[in-house]
Amino acid sequence: MGNFIKDNLNKDGVDRRGFLKCMAWAGTGTLCVLQGGVLKSFAMSDIAAMTKQDKAAMKGELSFVQISDSHIGFDKAANPDVTATLREAIAKINALPQAPEFVLHTGDLTHLSKASEFDTLEQTLKTMRTDKIFYVPGEHDVLNDNGEQYRERFGKGSKGDGWYSFDQKGVHFIGLVNVMNLKAGGLGTLGHDQLEWLEDDVKHLKSSTPIVVFAHIPLWAAYPEWGWGTEDSQQALAYLKKFGSVSVLNGHIHQVMQKVEGNVTFHTAMSTAFPQPQPGTAPSPGPMKVPAEKLRSLLGVTNVDFLRGKHTLAIVDSPLDGASTTSSYHLGRPESGSESSLYGG
Amino acid sequence: MMKGILSRTVLSAALLGTLGWTAEIHAKNVTLAADEKPAAIEIKIDNFSFMPQDTTVAPGTTITWVNRDDLPHTVVSTNGKFKSKALDTDDKFAFTFSEPGTYEYFCSVHPKMTAKVIVK
Repeated sequence: MGNFIKDNLNKDGVDRRGFLKCMAWAGTGTLCVLQGGVLKSFAMSDIAAMTKQDKAAMKGELSFVQISDSHIGFDKAANPDVTATLREAIAKINALPQAPEFVLHTGDLTHLSKASEFDTLEQTLKTMRTDKIFYVPGEHDVLNDNGEQYRERFGKGSKGDGWYSFDQKGVHFIGLVNVMNLKAGGLGTLGHDQLEWLEDDVKHLKSSTPIVVFAHIPLWAAYPEWGWGTEDSQQALAYLKKFGSVSVLNGHIHQVMQKVEGNVTFHTAMSTAFPQPQPGTAPSPGPMKVPAEKLRSLLGVTNVDFLRGKHTLAIVDSPLDGASTTSSYHLGRPESGSESSLYGG
Repeated sequence: MMKGILSRTVLSAALLGTLGWTAEIHAKNVTLAADEKPAAIEIKIDNFSFMPQDTTVAPGTTITWVNRDDLPHTVVSTNGKFKSKALDTDDKFAFTFSEPGTYEYFCSVHPKMTAKVIVK
């Protein structure tokens, strides 16, 4: 028999506090089901006790994981064994009560674009319990060859420098490449061809379609002084303006940062390899050495859950040491005709 | 007495000669620093910067960039004149500047890193 969490804080019937609590439990083998606005939690051993309605409610759910910046090949002081910490991240993902439908890797798969590094990454990710992995490249993946090797391995079906889109359970996912043809003194760049493709890609989608955009460098001005931004992202966001819920998932900065701007939530993930300093707290954004016992609190993965019926998106960042989970919660604009509300943090 | 004076004179002359020789060498070094720039210099890459950021050299100078940072960087001129591979820590890239001019360059991996070489 499941436990009921009845804490109806809002008139739309979504139990936010209970949901966040449940998401935090997810790492310890708890399954959360939101049904009829009421949150139920089940221990793994209880799954048999799920009713038909519970199982139906779960069907509308879409859960996936984002990992980023594995930097296979890096071996300096900040973390001499990045393959080991990637394996720990995979173990964390494999311990989820429900395997994610897929995993997004938001770039800097390797550190020096070497064939051996790509090999090690692919071998290591094979142990991850998921059906599919989607990638976008980081600037460390396209050194020396304009991304040829990256596209050969991970770019099947993609266009141009490696951009593409796909649909999963009614959510439209868009993978963008903003690490090519960078100009002196500049930031990340999407470029004309990719922007044209994007405009066309979303043109015929209903505005109620939830959108998830993923790219390596942040698509907002997270910290331009350190190159943490994209020159022409405003143009991309203009094409997405009509949508009620847009989530932008990035990497590159090796720390969690978040911003909500109208119906767009921007969120960056931790690295699985090494942390970087917070904006302006160091002379440069390079690998940050921390005491050994602190490293795993600054590396981690991001769990994302969509609850279609309730237009709810929950983003939970899980450090490798499992000691703390920061969670953020976003409600996009529901279909036109009903009241809209926005939540952050 | 004469002998002593003579020997002292010889000694002094020899000494003076030596001193003069040393002075000449010293002067040559000073002259070199003032009128002639060295034919090979090094630019260090560290902490997401090129150091020095602005470098002035004579035509014919070879500049060697050394990456001392813990991340890879590249050295790419904005006018297509030179372009290094990705340089990991301790890797080097050298280019000889034969033509006068201003050569702006940057790191294509971290484009906020900009610098220039002035050749004159």
